[in-house]
Amino acid sequence: MSGEKQILDMTALELGQKLRTKEIGVKEAAQAYLDAIEETDGEIHSYITVMKEEALAAAESVQKKMDAGELTSPLAGVPVAIKDNMCTKGTLTSAASKILSGFVPPYDATAVTRLKEQGAVILGKVNMDEFAMGGSTETSYYGITKNPWDLKRVPGGSSGGSAAAVAAKLAPYALGSDTGGSIRQPCAFNNLTGIKPTYGAVSRYGLLAYASSLDQIGPIGRDIADCAAALSLISGKDSKDSTSIMEQSFDFSKALESGIRGKKIGLPKNYYGDGLATDVKTKILEAAQTFEALGAQVEEFELPNVDYAVPAYYIVACAEASSNLSRYDGIKYGYRSSDAENILDIYYKSRSEGFGTEVKRRIMLGSFVLSSGYFDAYYKKALQVRGMIKASFDAAFERYDMILSPVSPTTAYEIGGQISDPIAMYMADIYTVSVNLSGTPAVALPCGMDDTGLPVGMQLIGKAFSEETLVAAAAEYQRATDFHKAVAPHAAKGGRK
Amino acid sequence: MKITDELVDYLGELSRLEISEEEKDGLKKDLTDILDYMDQLSQLDTKGKPELSHPFENRNCFREDVVTNGDDRQAVLSNAPAHKGDYFKVHKTVGEEV
Repeated sequence: MSGEKQILDMTALELGQKLRTKEIGVKEAAQAYLDAIEETDGEIHSYITVMKEEALAAAESVQKKMDAGELTSPLAGVPVAIKDNMCTKGTLTSAASKILSGFVPPYDATAVTRLKEQGAVILGKVNMDEFAMGGSTETSYYGITKNPWDLKRVPGGSSGGSAAAVAAKLAPYALGSDTGGSIRQPCAFNNLTGIKPTYGAVSRYGLLAYASSLDQIGPIGRDIADCAAALSLISGKDSKDSTSIMEQSFDFSKALESGIRGKKIGLPKNYYGDGLATDVKTKILEAAQTFEALGAQVEEFELPNVDYAVPAYYIVACAEASSNLSRYDGIKYGYRSSDAENILDIYYKSRSEGFGTEVKRRIMLGSFVLSSGYFDAYYKKALQVRGMIKASFDAAFERYDMILSPVSPTTAYEIGGQISDPIAMYMADIYTVSVNLSGTPAVALPCGMDDTGLPVGMQLIGKAFSEETLVAAAAEYQRATDFHKAVAPHAAKGGRK
Repeated sequence: MKITDELVDYLGELSRLEISEEEKDGLKKDLTDILDYMDQLSQLDTKGKPELSHPFENRNCFREDVVTNGDDRQAVLSNAPAHKGDYFKVHKTVGEEV
């Protein structure tokens, strides 16, 4: 039907609305996405596992509950894709690593449980950098995911499968995880909106740990309203994660309308200097003008110590990773080398054959910074720098309601462009890692295209648990602009209506 | 910070990773470069600054010790590369030098 939006073209909330009014059936919606995956994901490769049968069975049971009035959430019946580092009971959960080949969790991650309880229909598990260690999805054991804006380019990472699936219209929204920018940077590379919540806002139970003091689960979607709806479903206290802090879930119903008038936005001068691509800078400064026109006050300021964020981040993250990944021993689950002849062999050979190069590099770096003789100079030092960076942000948030910053120094780069140079790869995280070190929330959203037509993203960073303020600002911006509505050239077409 | 063959071997031991001769040269270079890069932290005076291992204060969370998961023994065991009965199966670990 011309003039009416097709299933794949709707936002998650628009689709949810049509499902509640029964204009579209839950199974029909799931089938439209499953068909699109079958037709289009061959060239994108965003999914590791497509859960066709499970999705159709879930759709039937959700439809019954919706018909009976038992499910009323705005996202009830809406399909979703889940990053492959979140446990899904009965379905392969690999963290895109060979060492977890064949791992079928006997339980669901809490974020997954909460989505299911509200009627989400899981389409499948999406690709990522191995154990979320990377920014391009090139380190996956299951192969490279392509950027739907340009198939020669990376989709970003580590939640590159989540972002590519949403950008290619192979899922209305997705869950990702963000340890150092892994939700925000793929959003920037794919013209999407995403939320890295405050540390402790979403339970990490069932999230395969990379760096436990930095990891957070969050939504990736086509606009801020979809992300806010998803975050309000998955946030809140969980007795299975003692670091989950919020007693209640977020309620964004007021925030989406409350605007940005009178809010103060700070632009850290050192985030707009050398190293930032000129066309990326131009777009973000234009966005700053838009925020001013919408009634916010924007001013530049100095944000001290963030130049040291990348080395501090990698020391902390690798240290925690070396400890967290020691659980992969080839005994209780996952891959075991067939060459092992004794118990130590099982550890050494299974881990050496099961982990990829980047994961091994980070485990060894972590072992180094924690080892006797180097602990004080590296790990202890990094924790002190972490404290100084958090103090810089705390001071900034006494003056500003939010900070406007780039997400990545460049737009999506070509496949193979950075993978052989670890330092260049790490330095590209300069604008994102401080947020994880200090535990604060950030929203990434589109703000235009670069000179070659690739999406540019920006982020709004706020103080702990200020998600409502960030969502309000992003919603106001997306009412005033159309950047987030641009569709990737390789997105799936059609879908029945 | 210069990474030597001996240090790579030691880190392999700490990490329970076998480093092949082909991998070793690349790793030595990468680790040296990365640690040189990390050494820029020494430019920052951190004397007397507190160490922040976690973004917010951690509190103990107590709850009643009640079992909430069901009997998923078979689902757990079926994930093991080798099991026998209700046990994970590994190579002989007692009475043997490894």
